[in-house]
Amino acid sequence: METEFFEKDKLLVLKITDEIDEHSVQKIRRRADYEMERYMPKKIVFDFDSVTFMDSAGIGLIIGRYKFANMIGAKICMRNLTGSVRRIFDMSGILKLIPVV
Amino acid sequence: MFNNEMKLEFISKSSNEAFARIAVAAFASQLDPTIEELADIKTAVSEAVTNSIIHGYDKKQGVVKISAWLKNNEIIIEISDKGKGIENIEQAKEPLYTTKPNLERSGMGFTIMESFMDKMNVESVIGLGTKITMSKIIKPKIENDEDEFKMLMTTNS
Repeated sequence: METEFFEKDKLLVLKITDEIDEHSVQKIRRRADYEMERYMPKKIVFDFDSVTFMDSAGIGLIIGRYKFANMIGAKICMRNLTGSVRRIFDMSGILKLIPVV
Repeated sequence: MFNNEMKLEFISKSSNEAFARIAVAAFASQLDPTIEELADIKTAVSEAVTNSIIHGYDKKQGVVKISAWLKNNEIIIEISDKGKGIENIEQAKEPLYTTKPNLERSGMGFTIMESFMDKMNVESVIGLGTKITMSKIIKPKIENDEDEFKMLMTTNS
């Protein structure tokens, strides 16, 4: 995962660079939570541009981070959803909750 | 009856999920699928294998078996475990139903398998295990030499 933090806007960009399945998601989850606690952002963007594979573990990942963001008073959104990543999120209904920018 | 067949066995470690879906995708590639069709197959296999590891064996070690067949332009995939089995298959197939919400499981596994493959069937016996059979027809590609030629020219220039 690649992290970028923009102090002025309190914006944290988390760019996922691994395939997302039940195995890899554990590492991604720990890292995302660590970065969120470290920067205490107001806005978090999950970038899927480099995600070459994702199964339903990605849905759980985003729902979990959404809850965590609520706890620290931050908003989350997602960007660069393509192909089957987009279809899986569409199917799950979480796009009604989390905006795509 | 079948044009080709393969069998795979591996222990129920989640690090084998990537191995399993990539192996099945490599086998399926003999049918010349599109990138999207291949992604569908990989996702469905990943969901079934994850279910066997997380729910079927539930942290205990066991063996996950995959068999796959190519029949004309169809791929048939069977994924089985000798885990604890599913109590209520209809309930398990409902979108968002999960027995492990605390582990951030979404409950979308069966829904994804059903919509990414053409057919999906679940057989399960409590205490004996679960077998998922799914199939997908790979649409034949229309051969067009002229288009292919044009594409080659643009890639090279």
